[in-house]
Amino acid sequence: MNSIVARLPQTGSIIALLCYLMWPMSVHAESGAHADNGGVAESFAQEERVQEANHDDFPALLAELATASFPRKVALVNELQLRGWPGVRDALAGLLEGDLYYQQDDADTVRVYVVSAQGDAVTLFDPVTQQILERDAMTGLRRITTNNPLRRNLRGAVARFDLQDASPAVRRDAVAELRRGLDDATIALLRAQQAHETHRGVARDIDVALALHDLEDADVAVRLAALEVLSGELGNDVYNRVQRLLATDASGEPLEPDAAVRQMAGRAIERIEQRRSFFGFLETLFFGLSFGSVLVLAAIGLAITFGVMGVINMAHGELIMIGAYTSYVVQLLMPNQIGVAILVAVPAAFMVSGLVGVLIERGVVRFLYGRPLETLLATFGISLILQQLVRTIFSPLNRQVQTPDWMSGLLRFNDVFAITYNRLYVLIFMFIVFALLWLVMHRTSLGLKVRAVSQNRAMARAMGVRSDRIDALTFGLGSGIAGVAGVALSLLTNVGPNMGQAYIIDSFMVVVFGGVGNLWGTLIGGLSLGLGTKLVEPHVGAVMAKILMLVFIILFIQKRKQGLFPQKGRSAEGH
Amino acid sequence: MSDRSVLSRLMQHDLGSRIFLGLLLLVGAGMPLAHLLLPESSFLHPSTYTLGLVGKYMTYALLAISIDLIWGYCGILSLGHTAFFALGGYAMGMYLMRQIGTRGVYGDPVLPDFMVFLSWDSLPWYWLGMDMFWFAMLMVLLIPGLLALVFGWLAFRSRVAGVYFSIITQALTFALMLAFFRNEMGFGGNNGLTDFKDILGYDLQATSTRIGLFVVTAVALGLGYIACHWIVRSRFGRVITAIRDGEGRARFMGYRVEHYKLWLFVFSGMLAGVAGALYVPQVGIINPGEFAPLNAIEAVVWVAVGGRGTLYGAVMGAVLVNYMKTYFTVAWPEAWLYALGTLFVVVTLFLPRGVVGLLESLRRRER
Repeated sequence: MNSIVARLPQTGSIIALLCYLMWPMSVHAESGAHADNGGVAESFAQEERVQEANHDDFPALLAELATASFPRKVALVNELQLRGWPGVRDALAGLLEGDLYYQQDDADTVRVYVVSAQGDAVTLFDPVTQQILERDAMTGLRRITTNNPLRRNLRGAVARFDLQDASPAVRRDAVAELRRGLDDATIALLRAQQAHETHRGVARDIDVALALHDLEDADVAVRLAALEVLSGELGNDVYNRVQRLLATDASGEPLEPDAAVRQMAGRAIERIEQRRSFFGFLETLFFGLSFGSVLVLAAIGLAITFGVMGVINMAHGELIMIGAYTSYVVQLLMPNQIGVAILVAVPAAFMVSGLVGVLIERGVVRFLYGRPLETLLATFGISLILQQLVRTIFSPLNRQVQTPDWMSGLLRFNDVFAITYNRLYVLIFMFIVFALLWLVMHRTSLGLKVRAVSQNRAMARAMGVRSDRIDALTFGLGSGIAGVAGVALSLLTNVGPNMGQAYIIDSFMVVVFGGVGNLWGTLIGGLSLGLGTKLVEPHVGAVMAKILMLVFIILFIQKRKQGLFPQKGRSAEGH
Repeated sequence: MSDRSVLSRLMQHDLGSRIFLGLLLLVGAGMPLAHLLLPESSFLHPSTYTLGLVGKYMTYALLAISIDLIWGYCGILSLGHTAFFALGGYAMGMYLMRQIGTRGVYGDPVLPDFMVFLSWDSLPWYWLGMDMFWFAMLMVLLIPGLLALVFGWLAFRSRVAGVYFSIITQALTFALMLAFFRNEMGFGGNNGLTDFKDILGYDLQATSTRIGLFVVTAVALGLGYIACHWIVRSRFGRVITAIRDGEGRARFMGYRVEHYKLWLFVFSGMLAGVAGALYVPQVGIINPGEFAPLNAIEAVVWVAVGGRGTLYGAVMGAVLVNYMKTYFTVAWPEAWLYALGTLFVVVTLFLPRGVVGLLESLRRRER
């Protein structure tokens, strides 16, 4: 007896395996039997069988769903989505996401929950009673399994529910989902929705979906009208479908019999391509701004140390690197709150890099004021030491800073134009940093003193400004900003000991191009260099674009030595 | 005899130069002789490795002299001098590539291996003529010289000076490095030019060829030194020094400052090109890494360590720092960048005139 009991689980798994192997046969048998009636009739027949089983209440259907075979699950999902019970959508969406679990109690009653786990706490949502339960652990809960055909079915089912949703965004997603598999039932549903759809965007999407369907129509007028709708539409499916109208078969005969339709399709494609290239241009523009924002971030600290103080700080890139490593370390310290870690890293990196900057200024740079070439060499030596220090502490390998959830992903405008959130945030972040720095320089007493010392040190000292203290603070400010830039860059690229070197030449180029001593020059200079590089890049390649940028700046400095925005007045003579 | 008298007049009151030239004669003639005549067991017998190392140091010394000439005497700090060095090296490398002939991996009589690999069917126009030694040597001088001429003309004409000049020269060498990394440029991309076989028909691996190269390098260093020395001692050199000490004043006195700077820069660039051309056959490879801004700035530090404004100081710095580098990278590789970085800081803070300045002040104190 004992041995049989012990082997039971094994036996069970063998039976499951057999069922799995035989499942395709049963599907074939079913579809074979109903082949002549078409898809609708088939699902109808399945519905009948569900009703035969007399499962007319929600809990019972869900309970059967928990343990049924995959084809049976498809039938049950089809049945469920026709019912108006509240909670059906939650259950189906949960099943789609793999969050639907069931629990069998002693009386063999099966209860189904949408489960969400956060840390140790488990939250159960009962779709039938619409109640939320709290649990400590997942014990006793078993996931309801899905497979690809079932998930496809579920997506359609959830989309049908979402089509009724109050939010237009949800409705649009639903239409987009339904557009992937257009059958008669879906078309009927969309037509019904079209009749009372009030949101223009959703209505437009439905029109496109219906037009895609109409392209299959036998009537030439209907096809022409459909093309009218589809002209200039950016979806990839639309483009491919319309393109197919222009295709020819193996013997060179056009697939589309009607010449007017072909001509119309040609025009539609032309229009689509026009719009595609427009959005492609927008995308390039965004890439350019994004690259420009990286350049500005890297250069803006230098705009203070080099631009305002006139100190050539070749260790600037390494201060950026220190900021990036600070962001990495803060994330290591707060592994569970990556999003918060990034926000903490910003002031932390400012402090760390700023402190290192003050040390550099007090330890080395202050002895070399008025000797720019020596400053250059000494700070370059410091940059080598800092690089090697990081290699010793963190290893020479690159480190990865994790992107928090709210920063990853795409902001999609249409199939052609999408921008990544992290680049968007870095762009916004750059503007914030710039604005803060501008305020510090122009609206605080520190900024006033910094400018006073840079314009006329002797006079400022005579007015009671402690110039050496201001020097240290200014250098610290510029270095701190470099550290903050490092946090932003750590989200876009790998963090490694060499990352500073990658930015140092670019940073100097931006500051020199924009005009030394001018924050606005750095902003405009960096953004326009970024734009220029990305606009040229598609034509000549990335490396060549960079070379051209450098050559352009070298030539530009010949023409306008003072950069885009030269300093005016007496202070200009100092440079 | 008149040559000697010119030379001895040139070296008058210049103990450092006399010591340097004496040492160079000793090394340039003595080391090859010692290698050939003394038995291998002898303590004084230099190995082929040592010969190669010293030969390399001598090309570095020539590069250091070319940097010192413009930085030490004219105040122009170029952070892109390795661009000229590498261009000279590439010109020599192209000649050596063409000498490989059918002995390459693919056995193509005309095309170097990497071009066959990229399935090019003919030589790019700028490779034509590089199989002739005299033409290649002309290019060793002309290409760096031309780049220096165009770049210097653009920069000095619009009075780009000081750190601005340093930064755009750094951008120049950086841009060139990126360009040479591209396979499309036709210079072997990432791998550069290597696998050389022989030079003027002599096998590059043979000891006799190595000794020949060693002697040629020593002679080039000596001639380069004397030429630079002659330049800085001439009337032209005095104007150059005047420009360093007060550019505005020199200009107001009627000197065409830009022209002086430009010709000095071109000469310095050509000298660096020669150094590169001598470096490549001894090392056996030239790749885009030679353009790296780090190399250029390292070369500047040789000069700073030795003592800028004295030519023998530059030589001393180049040998000293490179000997340190050779020692550290073998004995203690992690520490090399610490040592180099510290050297930068210490020299600029405490030894503004380098080791030479230190020695001089010690000598003065003794008096």
